[in-house]
Amino acid sequence: MTHGYYTSGEPIADAKAPAGAIEERWTTRKFEAKQVNPANKRKKKIIIIGTGLAGGSAGATLGEAGYHVQQFCFQDSPRRAHSIAAQGGINAAKNYRNDGDSVYRLFYETVKGGDFRSRESNVYRLADISRQIIDQCVAQGVPFAREYGGLLDNRSFGGTQVSRTFYARGQTGQQLLLGAYQALMRQVDAGNVELYPRHEMLDLIMEDGRARGVVVRNLIDGEIKHYTADAVVLASGGYGNVYFLSTNAMGSNVTASWRAHRHGALFANPCYTQIHPTCIPVSGDHQSKLTLMSESLRNDGRVWVPKKAGDTRRPYDIPEDERDYYLERIYPSFGNLVPRDIASRAAKNVCDEGRGVGPGGLGVYLDFADAIARLGRDKVEAKYGNLFEMYERITGENPYDTPMRIYPAVHYTMGGLWVDYDLESTVPGLFVIGEANFSDHGANRLGASALMQGLADGYFVLPNTIGDYIARNSLPPVAETAIGEAQERVRTRIERLLSIDGDRSVDSFHRELGHIMWEYCGMERTEEGLRKALDLIPALREEFWTRVKVTGKGEELNQQLEKAGRVADFFELAELMVVDALHRAESCGGHFRAESQDEDGEAKRDDDNFGYVAAWEWAGEDAQPVLHKEALNFEYVKPTQRSYK
Amino acid sequence: MKLTLRVWRQSGPQDKGGMVEYKLDDVSPDASFLEMLDVLNEKLIASGEEPVAFDHDCREGICGMCSLVINGTPHGPERATTTCQLHMRKFKDGEVIDVEPWRAKAFPVVKDLVVDRSAFDRMIQAGGYITAPTGTAPEAHATPVPKPDADRAFEAAECIGCGACVAACPNGSAALFLGAKVTHLGLMPQGQPERWDRVVSMLDTHDEEGFGGCTNTGECTVACPKGIPLDVIGRLNHDYLKATAGGKKR
Repeated sequence: MTHGYYTSGEPIADAKAPAGAIEERWTTRKFEAKQVNPANKRKKKIIIIGTGLAGGSAGATLGEAGYHVQQFCFQDSPRRAHSIAAQGGINAAKNYRNDGDSVYRLFYETVKGGDFRSRESNVYRLADISRQIIDQCVAQGVPFAREYGGLLDNRSFGGTQVSRTFYARGQTGQQLLLGAYQALMRQVDAGNVELYPRHEMLDLIMEDGRARGVVVRNLIDGEIKHYTADAVVLASGGYGNVYFLSTNAMGSNVTASWRAHRHGALFANPCYTQIHPTCIPVSGDHQSKLTLMSESLRNDGRVWVPKKAGDTRRPYDIPEDERDYYLERIYPSFGNLVPRDIASRAAKNVCDEGRGVGPGGLGVYLDFADAIARLGRDKVEAKYGNLFEMYERITGENPYDTPMRIYPAVHYTMGGLWVDYDLESTVPGLFVIGEANFSDHGANRLGASALMQGLADGYFVLPNTIGDYIARNSLPPVAETAIGEAQERVRTRIERLLSIDGDRSVDSFHRELGHIMWEYCGMERTEEGLRKALDLIPALREEFWTRVKVTGKGEELNQQLEKAGRVADFFELAELMVVDALHRAESCGGHFRAESQDEDGEAKRDDDNFGYVAAWEWAGEDAQPVLHKEALNFEYVKPTQRSYK
Repeated sequence: MKLTLRVWRQSGPQDKGGMVEYKLDDVSPDASFLEMLDVLNEKLIASGEEPVAFDHDCREGICGMCSLVINGTPHGPERATTTCQLHMRKFKDGEVIDVEPWRAKAFPVVKDLVVDRSAFDRMIQAGGYITAPTGTAPEAHATPVPKPDADRAFEAAECIGCGACVAACPNGSAALFLGAKVTHLGLMPQGQPERWDRVVSMLDTHDEEGFGGCTNTGECTVACPKGIPLDVIGRLNHDYLKATAGGKKR
């Protein structure tokens, strides 16, 4: 059936979660999994793309289990994966605060926070495993914050009222990543993991419908190489850089996932992008990226704007009764700690009313004056010192004396390659973990849950499911023809990019694409805007393929060529994101459709028509994508309107 | 702002390389140093020249990928700052700025401003970890860690592995990098069983990789964007002596 811009395919019948009580499902699945004999493991090869929290922890664990792992990253060292930039913390249902937390509560809040667009079985498993992650990281020497008694400290995060977030000052991601990286390095030294930094995956080697290897480009000398294996794991992160300006690292890209998508891996919920409420506002056209200020700042900082539109007085000249602490006013029970989608939209709304602060009026205040008065400057500094420093460095303003200015920015993508309960994509033998898959966060990710998912997938889930695939399938050596075809695709594409020799830089196209996406497929979307984007993107893509200028050669370190390949993939992804956003005519999580709101202007979900995962199939360059639906059943957490009032 | 940049250009490891001068008008004082280089590269591409290769990724001061010796100082003139967090408002209008790669025997130049820092990974492989196989960990609260130890371990663990310490050291020593890791792991109770083997093995690898010896000039800690204190080197030396002369190594 066609719908103008997509066609409908068969629904997804089975996501492979075992039946039975939700508490038992993961145990059941592990018991049913076929095992690989320890002596055989070293003969089995696994390729992993990416070395962040998901990839690093998976590589370390699979290497330790005895598999032969080949692992690739585009950075010069696995320690630089973008997980390193996560600031705030990692959730775990340890109930160390005695505040009524439990696995069930974390599960419940994650399903609810994701606006009922994630799979219950996966989320329960995630909440359950969260406790083991903390044990593992502590054993590795991760220096989490501690109480004077020597026990671990916790704090709370947006969207939750218990303190379940473990943290290492404002550098939790860094410390967790170093733990995984060090464990991975240990396996490299032991000879179980072969490491290939400064290599980028450019295609998948397919044989008999299975993923059997990858073609990579050595970024130092441009050599095109191939590696084959029994299974391939993508741990290549999210695709927020499709917006050009985002909080992602500059190199974060969608290429690995997109190449797999073109071979039959379904891409699920591509339009689900998280807009993070607390980023430093844009300062000018030179800007290359946006910097996030940890959400933990909202524990003590109070968000406000002037009550009057167009009030340009300095913040401290605005008396208390002329300020609007709008989050505390609208959402009294959660206040400044409402979830990210709520906080982001509320900021946009007050700015749209003309009450935004700072250059261009695109900012709101995050004010620490009360916290400093209550706790003293020293305590505030101990908690948030490095974040304050970072803010001052970027803006030239001192947040101890004047309130920070923040504005929402593109941060995390909840969409990604579709995976079943085993984290296997629709391409047999291709597993997808961490931010690169779509599975656990629904339409909105709660703070401190990304690190939890990356490490749950890498340390505990994948190592227990991938063996079942390897044990059940006898995989003969890969034929030369399959390898040759994949290499040929890569070579042709590189030659094509280099031969255009146009007059516009790669970045200029990327910026323009980003503007279209932010304008029409950003925080708030309308049918009209999305249709407009569907006109603009293909036209710009065509222009890219005729006018882009890629300097240099293929056989050398060539950063322009790297970017060009990534931006070419962003163009195709962007179109799919818009198609997905257009077909989902409901508001949901970070995805707000202006046509779907209640009388208070809050997002209005439509469970009857959209209570499913949208998984898209690539149908060819000039064909419309095919929509497959995975129905979501809620046996434990009954969908309700989310209210934080 | 108007600027004159003198940038190190080197087409590959075998090329001799040299400084090339570029002029830029209209640089925003709010731009970061790397964004300023983006502007230069856009200009070079427009005029048909090869853009300058440089390493960067997160652009928020934590990944450790950005490098650059700016006016003779690793990561530039601002204390405790990575190049990506250095903003042009710290420079004067009309200034002449020299931009060079890290210079150290153990960090060979790959191209222009890009160097090979993989020796750092090999030092970590030699023992910069705690052996804790997945799934075998005891309950996290089973071992309390005194807060002062946890805090000091954290400060050392903040090292981003950028290599500025090596670039600043007249001997090309990586003692600060090594000291930071040995201190981080050596202060945690979990790090004790491997403490003595770790320091010996890592220091041996350090020397094999071609890093120079430490003579306590202290340039490393001055250049460090994360302010890793010099006393981590004291701890490195202490642990090394105890491990070897004290016979602690297994």
